Amino acid sequence: MKRLFIGGMVVTAAACGGGGDKGGADTAQGAAPAPAAGAATAAAGGGSVTGHVKFDGAPPANPTLDMAEEAACQKKYTGPPVDPVVMVENGMLGNVVVYVKSGLPAGQTYPVPNEPVVLDQRGCLYHPRALAIMAGQQLAIKNSDPVLHNIKAQPKKNRPFNISQPTEGMTTNRTLPTPEDDVPVECNVHGWMHANIVVLPHPFFAVSGADGSFTIKGLPAGTYEIEARHAKLGTKTMSVTVPADGAGTADFTFAATGT
Amino acid sequence: MTSPSARSGSRAVTGALGVLWRVAALAAAPMAVGAQQATGKAVYDKWCAGCHGTTGAGDGPAAEYMLPRPRDFTKGIYQIRTTASGELPTDADLLRVVSDGMPGTTMPEWRSKLTESERTSVVAYIKTLSDFFKGAAPKPITVGKAPSSSAATIADGREAFRKLECFKCHGQEGRGDGPSAPTLTDDFDHPIRAADLSRHWTFNGGATVEEIYTRLRTGLDGTPMPSFSDAVDAKVVTDEQLWHVAQWVRSLSSERAPEVREVVRAARVSGALPRTPNDSTWGGAERFWIPLVGQVIVKPRWFAPTVDGVWVQALHDGKQLTMRVTWHDPSRSPDPAWDEWLGRIKTSMPAVDSVPLSATQGPDRLTIQFPMRVTDDAERPFFLGGDRRRPAHVWRWKSAPDQLEVGRMMGLGSFTAGAAGEVTHAAVFDQGEWRLQLTRALAPRDTSAAPTFREGTAIPIAFFAADGSSGEDEFRSSISAWYLIYLDVPTPPRVYVAPAATMLLTAGLGVFVVARARRRDRGNRRTTPEEP
Repeated sequence: MKRLFIGGMVVTAAACGGGGDKGGADTAQGAAPAPAAGAATAAAGGGSVTGHVKFDGAPPANPTLDMAEEAACQKKYTGPPVDPVVMVENGMLGNVVVYVKSGLPAGQTYPVPNEPVVLDQRGCLYHPRALAIMAGQQLAIKNSDPVLHNIKAQPKKNRPFNISQPTEGMTTNRTLPTPEDDVPVECNVHGWMHANIVVLPHPFFAVSGADGSFTIKGLPAGTYEIEARHAKLGTKTMSVTVPADGAGTADFTFAATGT
Repeated sequence: MTSPSARSGSRAVTGALGVLWRVAALAAAPMAVGAQQATGKAVYDKWCAGCHGTTGAGDGPAAEYMLPRPRDFTKGIYQIRTTASGELPTDADLLRVVSDGMPGTTMPEWRSKLTESERTSVVAYIKTLSDFFKGAAPKPITVGKAPSSSAATIADGREAFRKLECFKCHGQEGRGDGPSAPTLTDDFDHPIRAADLSRHWTFNGGATVEEIYTRLRTGLDGTPMPSFSDAVDAKVVTDEQLWHVAQWVRSLSSERAPEVREVVRAARVSGALPRTPNDSTWGGAERFWIPLVGQVIVKPRWFAPTVDGVWVQALHDGKQLTMRVTWHDPSRSPDPAWDEWLGRIKTSMPAVDSVPLSATQGPDRLTIQFPMRVTDDAERPFFLGGDRRRPAHVWRWKSAPDQLEVGRMMGLGSFTAGAAGEVTHAAVFDQGEWRLQLTRALAPRDTSAAPTFREGTAIPIAFFAADGSSGEDEFRSSISAWYLIYLDVPTPPRVYVAPAATMLLTAGLGVFVVARARRRDRGNRRTTPEEP
């Protein structure tokens, strides 16, 4: 059949390379929310929500991965590599995305943070495994392995993408323009690689670190519903009041049974 | 690309189109969007809903028997596009798939069944099933002209294929047998095959170098196949290398899709017959493509076969007949690496006819079927292993343990082993390809239990294949119709003598005629008075 190619169309895809590269941290903070003291948009608040995410009971065993087919990744581990599906250390739960679910003034918009959120592929695992990003914020996808990875995002409200990164050091930027609770990301070359992204309409979010701690910064005074989301264990919510230039506290507890 | 069937089909409807054309032209001239969608819905409900479902969610009554499943139009995710990864397809992209079908799947071509106006309308309707189409019209990527192809560019393409690690899924020889192949799933967690790149006629998006290149640039959304556009932008691979990959992929299969011929010819060789499946003699033997389809006659039926055809080569020396059957199967069953794959097949495919799939992988199978006796009118038993009244003579090969049984069948599932050792065999599995050689004397030990292969006689023959890693067995398998195998007769000496004699005679006659003409000419000159 005849194919019609309309001349002069723009070449695909966002330009690539360069993006802020801060790979390394296993439990990256969602981007530091730095709302500019902008005119039409909300004034920066000085308040914050801090807290810890605890895990109650014996943590479920995480799957051990067979990376025999990928020696370049296998050799980055001393013991058998483990997929940190539920990351518990000393009773604290990492990889929990904590964010403002409601309580912000209606119709208020917030500037998109300039810093990209980094999704690193290292040792044939995603770092971090849980991410939060503001709608429209750059997602910098980085390959730190000398092997081919493909990055397949399967959102429902945003458009999907599936891109290849055949070499170490390649970085690709993408954005997800529509807020969405869960965008699963997977690699099909290495079927065990999974990550989950929460896309938010504002910059008030954080991801709990290995010690379960998190801090959401830049909030104006007010009472908020704060939600904590774990890709496998579900969500928890609580109401928190943030004083002007002060800190509200939100401690969450998850258990093996889920929500 | 247009398949031969699509071409002949389109010829068939040309007449009907002539009439419809004028009607459609009147109706469609500036067909209102609403009217077009209404027409499209009528077409959809009649022809598409059976597989794609009334709401377009890919869940029609026939859907659960299919793998890959029919497209879910409510998601707005499409494999075959000329747009970047994650973008919507253009109207032309959608029309193309409706018109040409998806050759590697159960999606047929509709060019020969529906008018262009109907196909355009159904595209307009499909777009109403996902809100994503409410946005701006998608723009195709720019695809230049393919650079000219040469041995050097193809070799470079192969090297880039290796460097980009395409083999992780597609395998070193492109047969869809890479180490990640058993783990692949589509967007709905159904198992999905890495494309067998050595069979261009199964490519969903067409098989020209431009089309293959476009798939590399756009990826196939909804599947594990990613886009390589970012890799080009990042200069990890050059655009030229990507073209070369497309050229190498195209070079893996012949120019045209294999032609199906009724008769497999076994050439007579004067020297030794090949001894092993990898014997170089096979390289010179003619290949015959025998298409296979899912066994959907006898319960339990099977609608998602792995093997869709076998290549058959045959040679004889007047004493023995030897055949090599070659087919692609990404797994050498049973293989623990494919346990996960079988588990997914078991989850995705319903227990058709209330018979659940086995939880463990069986062997790969290849069965060759003959009539018990060859009659003058090439009488054939029932094509699925014969029946009580007229059994079939079969050679049954299994991969694990590597074993060949010879015996008689009275329908699928009813096998009685006969004398062992009469047919010798050797099997080789190489990067997603089975090569099985089978050899027997032309005359069987017991002429009442097995056919005699006579030179100059057409012998009915049929083939069945099964892939144990996909839960296939004797019933859940691929089957062929009856074909014929014909053993060439030795060439009698007169075949060589007659043309030589004819040539000599013609040459002699020629010389005689010319000589006579010259003589006459000389005589004429002497008798004709010269002009003053």
